[in-house]
Amino acid sequence: MSFDRKQVPNWRPGYRFQYEPAQKGHVLLYPEGMIKLNESAALIGGLIDGQRDVAAIIAELARQFPDVPEVADDIEQFMEVARGEHWIVLA
Amino acid sequence: MANTGSSSPELPATPEVGLPLWLLAELTYRCPLQCPYCSNPLDFAAQGQELSTAQWFKVMAEAREMGAAQIGFSGGEPLVRQDLAELIGEARRLGYYTNLITSGISLTEARIAEFKKAGLDHIQISFQASDEQVNNLLAGSKKAFAQKLEMARAVKAHGYPMVLNFVTHRHNIDKIDRIIELCIALEADFVELATCQFYGWAHLNRLGLLPTRAQLERAERITNQYRDKLKAEGNPCKLIFVTPDYYEERPKACMNGWGSLFLTITPDGTALPCHGARQLPVQFPNVRDHDLRHIWYDSFGFNRFRGYQWMPEPCRSCDEKEKDFGGCRCQAFMLTGDASNADPVCAKSADHGIILKAREEAETAQLAIEEMTFRNERNSRVIARG
Repeated sequence: MSFDRKQVPNWRPGYRFQYEPAQKGHVLLYPEGMIKLNESAALIGGLIDGQRDVAAIIAELARQFPDVPEVADDIEQFMEVARGEHWIVLA
Repeated sequence: MANTGSSSPELPATPEVGLPLWLLAELTYRCPLQCPYCSNPLDFAAQGQELSTAQWFKVMAEAREMGAAQIGFSGGEPLVRQDLAELIGEARRLGYYTNLITSGISLTEARIAEFKKAGLDHIQISFQASDEQVNNLLAGSKKAFAQKLEMARAVKAHGYPMVLNFVTHRHNIDKIDRIIELCIALEADFVELATCQFYGWAHLNRLGLLPTRAQLERAERITNQYRDKLKAEGNPCKLIFVTPDYYEERPKACMNGWGSLFLTITPDGTALPCHGARQLPVQFPNVRDHDLRHIWYDSFGFNRFRGYQWMPEPCRSCDEKEKDFGGCRCQAFMLTGDASNADPVCAKSADHGIILKAREEAETAQLAIEEMTFRNERNSRVIARG
Protein backbone atom coordinates (compact mmCIF):
# COMPACT_ATOMS: atom_id res chain seq x y z
CA MET A 1 0.00 0.00 0.00
CA SER A 2 1.54 3.30 -1.02
CA PHE A 3 1.53 6.24 1.31
CA ASP A 4 -0.52 9.28 0.29
CA ARG A 5 1.90 12.19 0.54
CA LYS A 6 -0.84 14.75 0.07
CA GLN A 7 -1.98 14.16 3.65
CA VAL A 8 -1.34 16.96 6.14
CA PRO A 9 -0.17 15.82 9.56
CA ASN A 10 -0.95 17.71 12.73
CA TRP A 11 -0.41 16.87 16.37
CA ARG A 12 -3.40 15.30 18.05
CA PRO A 13 -5.27 17.86 20.17
CA GLY A 14 -3.58 18.04 23.58
CA TYR A 15 -0.23 16.85 22.24
CA ARG A 16 2.65 19.29 22.27
CA PHE A 17 6.07 19.07 20.65
CA GLN A 18 8.77 21.14 22.31
CA TYR A 19 12.47 21.44 23.07
CA GLU A 20 13.53 20.64 26.63
CA PRO A 21 16.85 22.30 27.52
CA ALA A 22 17.37 20.11 30.61
CA GLN A 23 17.06 16.97 28.46
CA LYS A 24 18.94 18.52 25.54
CA GLY A 25 16.33 17.22 23.15
CA HIS A 26 12.81 17.40 21.81
CA VAL A 27 9.89 15.74 23.52
CA LEU A 28 6.25 15.11 22.81
CA LEU A 29 4.09 16.03 25.78
CA TYR A 30 0.57 14.74 26.34
CA PRO A 31 -1.76 14.23 29.30
CA GLU A 32 0.49 13.09 32.15
CA GLY A 33 3.07 11.70 29.78
CA MET A 34 6.16 12.47 27.74
CA ILE A 35 8.08 10.78 24.95
CA LYS A 36 11.66 11.75 24.25
CA LEU A 37 12.19 11.90 20.50
CA ASN A 38 15.37 10.86 18.76
CA GLU A 39 17.15 13.28 16.47
CA SER A 40 15.45 12.33 13.21
CA ALA A 41 11.99 12.22 14.78
CA ALA A 42 12.66 15.67 16.22
CA LEU A 43 13.59 17.01 12.77
CA ILE A 44 10.38 15.65 11.29
CA GLY A 45 8.32 16.77 14.29
CA GLY A 46 9.65 20.30 13.93
CA LEU A 47 8.03 20.52 10.49
CA ILE A 48 4.59 19.31 11.55
CA ASP A 49 2.46 22.44 11.69
CA GLY A 50 -0.94 21.49 10.29
CA GLN A 51 -0.02 23.31 7.03
CA ARG A 52 2.71 21.30 5.32
CA ASP A 53 1.71 18.03 3.72
CA VAL A 54 3.98 14.99 3.91
CA ALA A 55 5.41 15.75 0.46
CA ALA A 56 6.48 19.21 1.64
CA ILE A 57 8.13 17.77 4.74
CA ILE A 58 10.00 15.27 2.58
CA ALA A 59 11.09 18.02 0.18
CA GLU A 60 12.33 20.20 3.03
CA LEU A 61 14.39 17.48 4.71
CA ALA A 62 15.69 16.17 1.37
CA ARG A 63 16.98 19.68 0.72
CA GLN A 64 18.67 19.82 4.14
CA PHE A 65 20.13 16.31 3.84
CA PRO A 66 20.92 15.71 0.15
CA ASP A 67 23.30 12.85 1.02
CA VAL A 68 20.67 10.77 2.81
CA PRO A 69 18.66 8.84 0.21
CA GLU A 70 16.31 7.17 2.71
CA VAL A 71 14.80 10.47 3.96
CA ALA A 72 11.43 9.88 2.27
CA ASP A 73 11.15 6.34 3.62
CA ASP A 74 12.06 7.48 7.13
CA ILE A 75 9.42 10.20 7.06
CA GLU A 76 6.69 7.90 5.78
CA GLN A 77 7.61 5.39 8.45
CA PHE A 78 7.47 8.06 11.15
CA MET A 79 4.02 9.13 9.97
CA GLU A 80 2.74 5.55 10.05
CA VAL A 81 4.04 4.97 13.58
CA ALA A 82 2.87 8.35 14.87
CA ARG A 83 -0.59 7.78 13.45
CA GLY A 84 -0.71 4.25 14.88
CA GLU A 85 0.20 5.64 18.30
CA HIS A 86 -2.38 8.41 17.84
CA TRP A 87 0.25 11.14 18.30
CA ILE A 88 -0.79 12.80 15.05
CA VAL A 89 -3.84 13.04 12.88
CA LEU A 90 -3.48 12.98 9.10
CA ALA A 91 -6.01 15.11 7.27
CA MET B 1 32.74 6.59 36.00
CA ALA B 2 33.86 7.07 39.59
CA ASN B 3 31.99 5.05 42.16
CA THR B 4 31.00 7.75 44.62
CA GLY B 5 28.03 6.37 46.51
CA SER B 6 29.07 2.89 47.57
CA SER B 7 31.46 1.73 50.24
CA SER B 8 30.70 -1.97 49.99
CA PRO B 9 31.87 -3.61 46.77
CA GLU B 10 28.95 -6.03 46.37
CA LEU B 11 26.32 -3.27 46.05
CA PRO B 12 25.77 -1.37 42.81
CA ALA B 13 26.81 2.28 42.87
CA THR B 14 24.20 4.89 43.66
CA PRO B 15 22.97 5.94 40.21
CA GLU B 16 23.26 9.54 39.12
CA VAL B 17 20.28 11.54 40.39
CA GLY B 18 17.63 11.94 37.65
CA LEU B 19 15.78 15.12 36.72
CA PRO B 20 12.54 15.97 38.54
CA LEU B 21 10.51 15.72 35.33
CA TRP B 22 7.17 15.57 37.14
CA LEU B 23 6.01 18.24 39.56
CA LEU B 24 2.85 17.49 41.52
CA ALA B 25 1.48 20.70 43.02
CA GLU B 26 -0.95 19.80 45.77
CA LEU B 27 -2.48 23.24 46.08
CA THR B 28 -4.82 22.59 48.98
CA TYR B 29 -6.25 19.88 51.21
CA ARG B 30 -9.65 21.58 51.08
CA CYS B 31 -12.21 19.49 49.22
CA PRO B 32 -16.00 19.41 48.95
CA LEU B 33 -15.96 15.59 48.69
CA GLN B 34 -15.25 12.96 51.34
CA CYS B 35 -13.98 9.96 49.37
CA PRO B 36 -13.06 7.12 51.72
CA TYR B 37 -10.06 6.15 49.54
CA CYS B 38 -8.45 9.58 49.43
CA SER B 39 -4.64 9.45 49.32
CA ASN B 40 -4.26 12.62 51.39
CA PRO B 41 -2.70 12.13 54.82
CA LEU B 42 -5.13 11.14 57.56
CA ASP B 43 -4.19 14.20 59.60
CA PHE B 44 -4.57 16.67 56.70
CA ALA B 45 -6.67 18.94 58.94
CA ALA B 46 -3.63 19.49 61.18
CA GLN B 47 -1.28 20.63 58.39
CA GLY B 48 0.13 24.11 58.03
CA GLN B 49 -0.89 27.17 56.06
CA GLU B 50 -1.18 27.00 52.26
CA LEU B 51 1.53 28.50 50.06
CA SER B 52 0.73 31.86 48.51
CA THR B 53 0.49 32.57 44.78
CA ALA B 54 3.98 34.11 44.81
CA GLN B 55 5.44 31.09 46.60
CA TRP B 56 3.95 28.74 44.01
CA PHE B 57 5.36 30.92 41.21
CA LYS B 58 8.82 30.51 42.72
CA VAL B 59 8.43 26.74 43.12
CA MET B 60 7.25 26.37 39.52
CA ALA B 61 10.08 28.48 38.13
CA GLU B 62 12.76 26.58 40.08
CA ALA B 63 11.42 23.15 39.13
CA ARG B 64 11.10 24.13 35.47
CA GLU B 65 14.69 25.34 35.50
CA MET B 66 15.69 21.91 36.83
CA GLY B 67 13.88 20.09 34.01
CA ALA B 68 10.31 19.58 35.20
CA ALA B 69 8.10 19.32 32.09
CA GLN B 70 4.80 18.07 33.48
CA ILE B 71 2.92 19.83 36.23
CA GLY B 72 -0.18 18.45 37.91
CA PHE B 73 -2.45 20.76 39.86
CA SER B 74 -4.03 18.57 42.46
CA GLY B 75 -5.21 18.57 46.05
CA GLY B 76 -7.64 18.27 47.80
CA GLU B 77 -9.71 19.99 45.20
CA PRO B 78 -7.52 22.50 43.31
CA LEU B 79 -10.61 24.39 42.09
CA VAL B 80 -11.08 25.90 45.55
CA ARG B 81 -7.90 27.95 45.02
CA GLN B 82 -9.04 31.37 43.81
CA ASP B 83 -5.70 31.90 42.04
CA LEU B 84 -5.87 28.68 40.01
CA ALA B 85 -6.13 30.40 36.60
CA GLU B 86 -3.18 32.60 37.54
CA LEU B 87 -1.10 29.56 38.53
CA ILE B 88 -2.03 27.76 35.30
CA GLY B 89 -1.11 30.81 33.25
CA GLU B 90 2.32 31.11 34.86
CA ALA B 91 3.00 27.38 34.52
CA ARG B 92 2.16 27.47 30.82
CA ARG B 93 4.30 30.57 30.31
CA LEU B 94 7.21 28.69 31.87
CA GLY B 95 6.71 25.90 29.31
CA TYR B 96 5.06 23.23 31.42
CA TYR B 97 2.49 20.81 30.11
CA THR B 98 -0.29 21.71 32.51
CA ASN B 99 -2.65 19.09 33.98
CA LEU B 100 -5.62 19.86 36.19
CA ILE B 101 -6.67 16.91 38.33
CA THR B 102 -10.14 17.55 39.67
CA SER B 103 -13.34 15.93 40.85
CA GLY B 104 -15.20 18.39 38.59
CA ILE B 105 -17.36 19.51 41.51
CA SER B 106 -17.66 23.31 41.45
CA LEU B 107 -16.26 23.37 37.91
CA THR B 108 -18.26 25.58 35.54
CA GLU B 109 -18.14 26.19 31.80
CA ALA B 110 -16.94 29.71 32.48
CA ARG B 111 -13.96 28.39 34.45
CA ILE B 112 -13.23 25.74 31.80
CA ALA B 113 -13.04 28.56 29.25
CA GLU B 114 -10.97 30.75 31.60
CA PHE B 115 -8.45 27.96 32.16
CA LYS B 116 -8.21 27.33 28.41
CA LYS B 117 -7.38 30.96 27.90
CA ALA B 118 -4.76 30.75 30.64
CA GLY B 119 -3.13 27.88 28.72
CA LEU B 120 -4.36 24.76 30.47
CA ASP B 121 -3.42 21.67 28.43
CA HIS B 122 -5.54 18.98 30.01
CA ILE B 123 -8.30 18.35 32.54
CA GLN B 124 -8.67 15.02 34.28
CA ILE B 125 -12.01 14.40 35.96
CA SER B 126 -12.27 11.66 38.54
CA PHE B 127 -15.38 9.56 38.92
CA GLN B 128 -16.25 7.23 41.73
CA ALA B 129 -18.36 4.77 39.69
CA SER B 130 -20.55 4.65 36.60
CA ASP B 131 -23.64 4.29 38.71
CA GLU B 132 -25.15 7.49 40.00
CA GLN B 133 -26.14 6.12 43.36
CA VAL B 134 -22.79 4.51 44.18
CA ASN B 135 -20.97 7.57 42.96
CA ASN B 136 -22.98 9.88 45.18
CA LEU B 137 -22.64 7.64 48.21
CA LEU B 138 -18.88 7.51 47.81
CA ALA B 139 -18.42 11.16 47.12
CA GLY B 140 -20.78 12.19 49.89
CA SER B 141 -22.74 14.50 47.56
CA LYS B 142 -26.11 14.04 45.90
CA LYS B 143 -25.48 16.18 42.85
CA ALA B 144 -21.96 14.93 42.19
CA PHE B 145 -22.58 12.57 39.31
CA ALA B 146 -24.81 14.71 37.09
CA GLN B 147 -22.38 17.61 37.55
CA LYS B 148 -19.41 15.44 36.55
CA LEU B 149 -21.12 14.22 33.40
CA GLU B 150 -21.99 17.74 32.37
CA MET B 151 -18.46 18.95 32.99
CA ALA B 152 -16.92 16.00 31.16
CA ARG B 153 -18.95 16.99 28.09
CA ALA B 154 -17.95 20.63 28.48
CA VAL B 155 -14.25 19.75 28.77
CA LYS B 156 -14.40 17.93 25.46
CA ALA B 157 -16.45 20.71 23.84
CA HIS B 158 -13.73 23.23 24.74
CA GLY B 159 -11.13 21.20 22.87
CA TYR B 160 -9.21 19.67 25.75
CA PRO B 161 -8.01 16.10 25.61
CA MET B 162 -10.02 14.23 28.19
CA VAL B 163 -8.74 11.81 30.75
CA LEU B 164 -11.34 10.17 32.94
CA ASN B 165 -10.21 8.54 36.12
CA PHE B 166 -12.34 5.91 37.77
CA VAL B 167 -11.18 4.71 41.14
CA THR B 168 -12.36 1.13 41.32
CA HIS B 169 -12.84 -1.03 44.40
CA ARG B 170 -14.94 -3.97 45.58
CA HIS B 171 -18.20 -1.99 45.45
CA ASN B 172 -17.96 -0.83 41.83
CA ILE B 173 -15.42 -3.00 39.98
CA ASP B 174 -18.12 -5.46 38.88
CA LYS B 175 -19.64 -2.64 36.82
CA ILE B 176 -16.46 -2.09 34.83
CA ASP B 177 -18.27 -2.73 31.53
CA ARG B 178 -20.67 0.12 32.28
CA ILE B 179 -17.80 2.35 33.37
CA ILE B 180 -15.98 1.74 30.09
CA GLU B 181 -19.15 2.21 28.01
CA LEU B 182 -19.74 5.56 29.72
CA CYS B 183 -16.17 6.71 28.99
CA ILE B 184 -16.47 5.76 25.33
CA ALA B 185 -19.78 7.60 25.10
CA LEU B 186 -18.12 10.70 26.59
CA GLU B 187 -15.31 10.38 23.98
CA ALA B 188 -12.56 10.13 26.57
CA ASP B 189 -9.05 10.04 25.13
CA PHE B 190 -7.63 8.16 28.10
CA VAL B 191 -9.44 6.20 30.78
CA GLU B 192 -7.67 5.29 33.98
CA LEU B 193 -9.32 2.34 35.66
CA ALA B 194 -7.36 2.57 38.85
CA THR B 195 -8.02 0.05 41.56
CA CYS B 196 -7.46 2.05 44.68
CA GLN B 197 -4.04 1.89 46.24
CA PHE B 198 -3.92 1.42 49.97
CA TYR B 199 -2.51 4.63 51.33
CA GLY B 200 -4.04 7.35 53.48
CA TRP B 201 -7.77 6.92 53.89
CA ALA B 202 -7.88 3.90 51.59
CA HIS B 203 -5.57 2.01 53.95
CA LEU B 204 -7.90 2.83 56.84
CA ASN B 205 -10.86 1.53 54.81
CA ARG B 206 -9.15 -1.42 53.17
CA LEU B 207 -11.80 -3.96 54.18
CA GLY B 208 -14.45 -1.96 52.37
CA LEU B 209 -12.31 -1.40 49.26
CA LEU B 210 -9.98 -4.27 48.32
CA PRO B 211 -11.64 -6.39 45.64
CA THR B 212 -11.32 -10.16 45.62
CA ARG B 213 -8.95 -11.82 43.19
CA ALA B 214 -11.91 -13.12 41.19
CA GLN B 215 -13.38 -9.60 40.91
CA LEU B 216 -10.06 -8.24 39.75
CA GLU B 217 -9.43 -10.95 37.17
CA ARG B 218 -12.90 -10.50 35.72
CA ALA B 219 -12.43 -6.74 35.47
CA GLU B 220 -9.09 -7.12 33.72
CA ARG B 221 -10.53 -9.65 31.30
CA ILE B 222 -13.41 -7.32 30.39
CA THR B 223 -11.01 -4.40 30.00
CA ASN B 224 -8.92 -6.44 27.57
CA GLN B 225 -12.01 -7.29 25.53
CA TYR B 226 -12.82 -3.59 25.24
CA ARG B 227 -9.22 -2.83 24.27
CA ASP B 228 -9.48 -5.28 21.38
CA LYS B 229 -12.82 -3.81 20.34
CA LEU B 230 -11.55 -0.20 20.43
CA LYS B 231 -8.47 -1.14 18.45
CA ALA B 232 -10.51 -2.92 15.80
CA GLU B 233 -12.68 0.19 15.45
CA GLY B 234 -9.65 2.50 15.20
CA ASN B 235 -10.90 4.34 18.30
CA PRO B 236 -7.99 6.24 19.91
CA CYS B 237 -9.47 5.87 23.41
CA LYS B 238 -6.83 4.22 25.60
CA LEU B 239 -7.76 2.13 28.62
CA ILE B 240 -5.22 2.11 31.43
CA PHE B 241 -5.84 -0.59 34.03
CA VAL B 242 -4.09 -0.17 37.37
CA THR B 243 -4.13 -3.26 39.57
CA PRO B 244 -3.75 -3.06 43.34
CA ASP B 245 -0.32 -4.41 44.22
CA TYR B 246 -1.89 -6.55 46.94
CA TYR B 247 -2.31 -9.27 44.30
CA GLU B 248 1.29 -9.19 43.11
CA GLU B 249 4.23 -11.35 44.19
CA ARG B 250 6.81 -8.66 43.43
CA PRO B 251 6.54 -5.02 44.49
CA LYS B 252 6.06 -2.09 42.14
CA ALA B 253 9.05 0.09 41.27
CA CYS B 254 7.46 2.83 43.30
CA MET B 255 7.91 6.33 41.80
CA ASN B 256 10.54 4.79 39.51
CA GLY B 257 12.84 4.94 42.53
CA TRP B 258 13.05 7.34 45.44
CA GLY B 259 13.75 10.91 44.34
CA SER B 260 14.41 9.88 40.74
CA LEU B 261 11.83 11.80 38.69
CA PHE B 262 8.85 12.71 40.84
CA LEU B 263 8.54 15.75 43.09
CA THR B 264 5.48 16.56 45.18
CA ILE B 265 4.92 19.88 46.91
CA THR B 266 2.18 19.70 49.53
CA PRO B 267 -0.18 22.60 50.33
CA ASP B 268 2.05 23.92 53.12
CA GLY B 269 5.24 23.72 51.04
CA THR B 270 6.67 20.44 52.28
CA ALA B 271 8.59 18.75 49.47
CA LEU B 272 8.16 14.98 49.12
CA PRO B 273 9.51 12.29 46.76
CA CYS B 274 5.94 10.98 46.48
CA HIS B 275 2.55 12.15 47.70
CA GLY B 276 2.37 9.44 50.36
CA ALA B 277 5.75 10.06 51.98
CA ARG B 278 4.62 12.58 54.55
CA GLN B 279 3.68 9.81 56.98
CA LEU B 280 7.26 8.47 57.09
CA PRO B 281 9.46 9.23 60.10
CA VAL B 282 11.81 11.17 57.82
CA GLN B 283 12.50 14.90 57.96
CA PHE B 284 11.37 16.48 54.70
CA PRO B 285 12.39 19.96 53.59
CA ASN B 286 10.02 22.86 52.96
CA VAL B 287 10.17 25.26 50.01
CA ARG B 288 9.79 28.15 52.46
CA ASP B 289 13.24 27.33 53.85
CA HIS B 290 15.22 26.02 50.86
CA ASP B 291 15.35 26.29 47.09
CA LEU B 292 14.41 23.23 45.08
CA ARG B 293 17.93 22.51 43.90
CA HIS B 294 19.03 21.98 47.48
CA ILE B 295 15.86 20.03 48.24
CA TRP B 296 16.18 17.68 45.27
CA TYR B 297 19.91 17.09 45.25
CA ASP B 298 21.16 17.69 48.79
CA SER B 299 18.41 17.34 51.37
CA PHE B 300 18.42 14.43 53.78
CA GLY B 301 14.83 13.46 52.97
CA PHE B 302 15.36 13.14 49.21
CA ASN B 303 18.57 11.13 49.65
CA ARG B 304 17.26 8.88 52.39
CA PHE B 305 16.34 5.96 50.09
CA ARG B 306 18.35 6.71 46.96
CA GLY B 307 20.71 4.00 45.78
CA TYR B 308 21.06 0.68 47.61
CA GLN B 309 23.09 1.31 50.76
CA TRP B 310 20.04 1.66 52.98
CA MET B 311 18.65 -1.76 52.09
CA PRO B 312 18.51 -4.58 54.61
CA GLU B 313 17.91 -8.20 53.57
CA PRO B 314 16.20 -9.67 51.60
CA CYS B 315 16.55 -6.65 49.27
CA ARG B 316 20.27 -6.14 49.83
CA SER B 317 21.38 -9.33 48.12
CA CYS B 318 18.38 -9.57 45.81
CA ASP B 319 19.12 -9.59 42.08
CA GLU B 320 15.90 -7.65 41.37
CA LYS B 321 16.69 -4.60 43.52
CA GLU B 322 17.71 -2.49 40.55
CA LYS B 323 14.36 -3.24 38.93
CA ASP B 324 11.94 -2.54 41.80
CA PHE B 325 14.08 -0.73 44.43
CA GLY B 326 12.55 -2.91 47.14
CA GLY B 327 9.08 -1.55 46.36
CA CYS B 328 7.25 1.19 48.18
CA ARG B 329 8.77 2.80 51.30
CA CYS B 330 5.39 4.02 52.52
CA GLN B 331 3.83 0.58 52.23
CA ALA B 332 6.81 -0.96 54.05
CA PHE B 333 6.36 1.58 56.82
CA MET B 334 2.58 1.29 57.09
CA LEU B 335 2.59 -2.50 57.18
CA THR B 336 5.84 -3.37 58.98
CA GLY B 337 6.65 -0.23 60.98
CA ASP B 338 10.07 0.15 59.30
CA ALA B 339 10.34 2.10 56.03
CA SER B 340 13.64 0.35 55.14
CA ASN B 341 12.09 -3.09 55.02
CA ALA B 342 11.19 -4.85 51.81
CA ASP B 343 7.69 -3.93 50.64
CA PRO B 344 5.55 -6.80 52.05
CA VAL B 345 3.97 -7.23 48.61
CA CYS B 346 7.19 -9.08 47.74
CA ALA B 347 6.89 -12.82 48.30
CA LYS B 348 10.50 -12.73 49.57
CA SER B 349 9.53 -10.40 52.42
CA ALA B 350 9.29 -11.93 55.89
CA ASP B 351 6.08 -9.88 56.27
CA HIS B 352 4.38 -11.11 53.09
CA GLY B 353 1.84 -12.86 55.34
CA ILE B 354 0.23 -9.45 55.97
CA ILE B 355 -0.65 -9.25 52.28
CA LEU B 356 -1.83 -12.86 52.16
CA LYS B 357 -4.09 -12.16 55.14
CA ALA B 358 -5.54 -9.05 53.46
CA ARG B 359 -6.36 -11.11 50.35
CA GLU B 360 -8.03 -13.72 52.55
CA GLU B 361 -10.05 -11.05 54.35
CA ALA B 362 -11.20 -9.65 51.01
CA GLU B 363 -12.94 -12.98 50.32
CA THR B 364 -15.33 -12.51 53.24
CA ALA B 365 -15.27 -8.77 54.04
CA GLN B 366 -18.68 -7.23 54.72
CA LEU B 367 -17.85 -3.54 55.21
CA ALA B 368 -20.50 -1.53 53.37
CA ILE B 369 -19.85 1.84 51.76
CA GLU B 370 -21.70 3.77 54.46
CA GLU B 371 -19.67 2.02 57.18
CA MET B 372 -16.33 3.34 55.96
CA THR B 373 -14.52 6.28 57.53
CA PHE B 374 -15.12 9.22 55.20
CA ARG B 375 -12.37 11.69 54.48
CA ASN B 376 -13.51 14.90 56.16
CA GLU B 377 -12.29 17.49 58.63
CA ARG B 378 -14.04 15.97 61.60
CA ASN B 379 -12.62 12.49 61.08
CA SER B 380 -9.21 13.96 60.30
CA ARG B 381 -9.13 15.91 63.57
CA VAL B 382 -10.10 12.83 65.56
CA ILE B 383 -7.31 10.88 63.86
CA ALA B 384 -4.75 13.66 64.30
CA ARG B 385 -5.48 13.76 68.02
CA GLY B 386 -4.92 10.00 68.09
